[in-house]
Amino acid sequence: MLPEHIREPLIQKIAAAEHPRELVVDVLLALQGHYGHLSDPAMEEAAGLLAMTPLELEELATFYTFLYREPVGRYVIHVCDSLICWMEGAERLGDHIGRRLGIAPGQTTADGLFTLLPVCCIGYCDRAPAILVNGRAHGPLTPESLDRLLEDLRAKAADGPAPGAGPERGTP
Amino acid sequence: MTYPRVLLQNRRPDRIATLEEYRASGGYEALAMVLGVGRTRREVAATLEAAVLLGRGGAAFPTGRKMMSVAEDAPFPRYVICNADEMEPGTFKDRVLIHADPHMLIEGIILAGYAVAATQGIVFIRPEYESAARILEREIGVARAAGYLGPRILGSDYALDIVVHRSGGRYICGEVTAQINALMGRRPNPQQPPPYPTEKGLWGRPTLTNNAETLACLPHIVRHGPEWFKKLSLTPGGAGTKLFCISGRVNRPGCVELPMGVPLREIIETHAGGMAGGGRFKACLPGGASTGFLPAAHYDIPMDLDSLRAVGNRLGTGAIMVFDQDCCLVAATRNLIEFFARESCGWCTPCREGLPYIRDLLTRLENGQGRGEDIPALRRLSRHLWKSYCAFAPGAAAPVESLLDHFADEVQAHITGGGCPFGPQPRTPGPPAAGGA
Repeated sequence: MLPEHIREPLIQKIAAAEHPRELVVDVLLALQGHYGHLSDPAMEEAAGLLAMTPLELEELATFYTFLYREPVGRYVIHVCDSLICWMEGAERLGDHIGRRLGIAPGQTTADGLFTLLPVCCIGYCDRAPAILVNGRAHGPLTPESLDRLLEDLRAKAADGPAPGAGPERGTP
Repeated sequence: MTYPRVLLQNRRPDRIATLEEYRASGGYEALAMVLGVGRTRREVAATLEAAVLLGRGGAAFPTGRKMMSVAEDAPFPRYVICNADEMEPGTFKDRVLIHADPHMLIEGIILAGYAVAATQGIVFIRPEYESAARILEREIGVARAAGYLGPRILGSDYALDIVVHRSGGRYICGEVTAQINALMGRRPNPQQPPPYPTEKGLWGRPTLTNNAETLACLPHIVRHGPEWFKKLSLTPGGAGTKLFCISGRVNRPGCVELPMGVPLREIIETHAGGMAGGGRFKACLPGGASTGFLPAAHYDIPMDLDSLRAVGNRLGTGAIMVFDQDCCLVAATRNLIEFFARESCGWCTPCREGLPYIRDLLTRLENGQGRGEDIPALRRLSRHLWKSYCAFAPGAAAPVESLLDHFADEVQAHITGGGCPFGPQPRTPGPPAAGGA
């Protein structure tokens, strides 16, 4: 169950909407922010809030890139592999992250910190090669600057709030 | 050369322009003018039509005409949508625009809403642009507090509010009819018109959708008039300025605002710092991933709709992706098709099935397993893409068809040489060729 401070504003927002199902992605993102990913119980909870069926939500949750139906790490790293990043070294960058973290694309580190995923063009072709970490763009990256970024994230995780606080997002 | 800047006139290196700064540059004067003198809705649309404002999201549809297609007696409520879901490889102009001057976009949405008597505005934005979404939410609040949004805008009887709608992130959501389905919490499949969204769109109501850059042009056209806007273009057939996103093998990739019709050579050599590493310009995609390769013979082409159309290409979104002599265009096309195949919404067969076939053929060619018969097969499959419901699949065919048109020698060299003539290319994402090594 969602804690009251998340659940209550959602209920109010849904009640205020003329067409509650227009909020479905917002609601799923809110649950994902809390639970980390959209588990089966989370999907049922979201469906209950929206008066939709879990199946109606399923076809959305499995469709969108930034909704996760499987557990992910505290930091989801999306490596852009579309044309410009690909030209500018996305392959080297992705391989480097995989080696550093000891995981292949689609996997999560054993400590639950990092998930590595490929992603289509993220709209930062002027900063290629670029990646997203929990939705926040970083680029242009070299193996060296990438190592520093991973270290920063590790350090932040060590003294930051517990996972489940939701992904940090934002900044241009 | 320096040119007048319109859309990015208040751009700063490190922060957005505030409401005060936007106002100091003439911001919200157009709205006050329209509401103050009681200019009719049709007059606003006619002004945009006279200014030859064509949609900047890629399709170049006349903005005024689209507004006029909302019938006078059409039912209420009506909606105005700002499409800020740009997701085509190479395109990032809407991100730059929102981070430069959010109120310009907000004023544009209000003016567009007024032109069709919309009462609800929606900004549909991709999740990668979360910071832009937050900027807009905050500045919409600022605009509301200043009386530019809400029940009685600037004391008039016009009412509009704007919400920011975050997408879950898929390329198809940039397509108008798919976007409307996404907004309604449905799987974002495109729908083939009629009915057009301006007749029956969001929740079955008249819905006007425009690209963010298009909407940002509105305050300036209303304030300065259609003739002024047309004269911004360097070429007589064009109108206005354009946000060009330059990426790839140039020294200074980025988004610059330049007059419509500025020569490609000037964009690359002057405004993007020239070719990277002293390379030679081989080709570019002049308007994003859904346009064709433009070979070096057209290096001096004026970048406007008519000039590119005359050579069988398109201005698209104005995202110029630059390739030099060392780039393998077969591998580049293979990468683009991986994007389109992965992002195909899967709703209709030509796109869902055709793109993986094309990817497979291009992978074989790139790996040196191609055969002569693969070339007519690529042509045939590309034509099949035109049978899809939405325009995204034909867009995906553009790089493939132009590769065969303009770089047939390069494709052939992959076959006769049994491999890539440019040496090892970065590994392409996606599955290996079926039955391949």
